[in-house]
Amino acid sequence: MTLRSPLARSRPPADPDADLLARVRAGEERAFVELVARHRGTMLRLARMHVSSSAIAEEVVQDAWVAVLRGLAAFEGRSTFRTWLLQIVLNRARSTGVREHRTIAVGDAGPAVDPTRFDADGAWASPPRPWEDEIGERLDARALASQLRSGLDGLPARQREVVMLRDVDGLSSDEVCAALDITEANQRVLLHRGRSRLRAALEAEVGTP
Amino acid sequence: MTILALRRPYVCREMVELITDYLEGALPRSQRRRFDAHIAGCEHCGEYLRQMRETIRLTGTLTDADLTSAMREEFGELFRQMRDEDARDREA
Ligand SMILES: [Zn+2]
Repeated sequence: MTLRSPLARSRPPADPDADLLARVRAGEERAFVELVARHRGTMLRLARMHVSSSAIAEEVVQDAWVAVLRGLAAFEGRSTFRTWLLQIVLNRARSTGVREHRTIAVGDAGPAVDPTRFDADGAWASPPRPWEDEIGERLDARALASQLRSGLDGLPARQREVVMLRDVDGLSSDEVCAALDITEANQRVLLHRGRSRLRAALEAEVGTP
Repeated sequence: MTILALRRPYVCREMVELITDYLEGALPRSQRRRFDAHIAGCEHCGEYLRQMRETIRLTGTLTDADLTSAMREEFGELFRQMRDEDARDREA
């Protein structure tokens, strides 16, 4: 049995970028390119939410990497590298952004499931057909990914943003709320609509009852 | 609302709307209990919950397109520039 000191227990989880960062600090170019590859998509998505064009978002991301290289020596690892990185992107995107503050269209309050699938008492009349075995068999990974991508493309912009940041990029709800200037409750509504629609898109592919 | 109404079991149609709050840990305890009680007795909502989890898991497997070789070159160049700049600064 190992005894762990309270200090060890309170230590934050290891930064998944720590190894790459060490190599970047040692001057390894390839490690830097890997770091860029790992985070660029998320950075672009975040930037694009605050500026008026993809071209400007690209510039913001480029500038952010310059700032990262300049600031890396001073980065002490109090937060994870990604948290620090995304904060740089957000600050830059916000100060660059000429985009009018978008009204948060939480709207689109359609139900998660087609209401005709419930009976008058609200119980399933046409229940979901079990997936799990089927979904792997009937759809190969590529078909599944393309179905999900078109499902995402079909979502209203705000829902797509929240689902991408949460479920593709793995940001926490706090991080998403801060990035989009929305409340927890709004974030959850958007996430709920988006995920529900994606489930329905997969169901349509696997086969409705 | 009466106490009785608060204790009324959820129907399936309500369950599918509560599911994200449930997964996010945002349901108050009493609602969470009613949610769990429904799931325990309803295989369809149990399946629906599994499908939502599976949807989230599958979405998480999507990845961004890798950098093109031109972009790799461009960022490599940026890195070299900054490294040289840094070295000059230290000499000065
Ligand atoms: Zn049910």
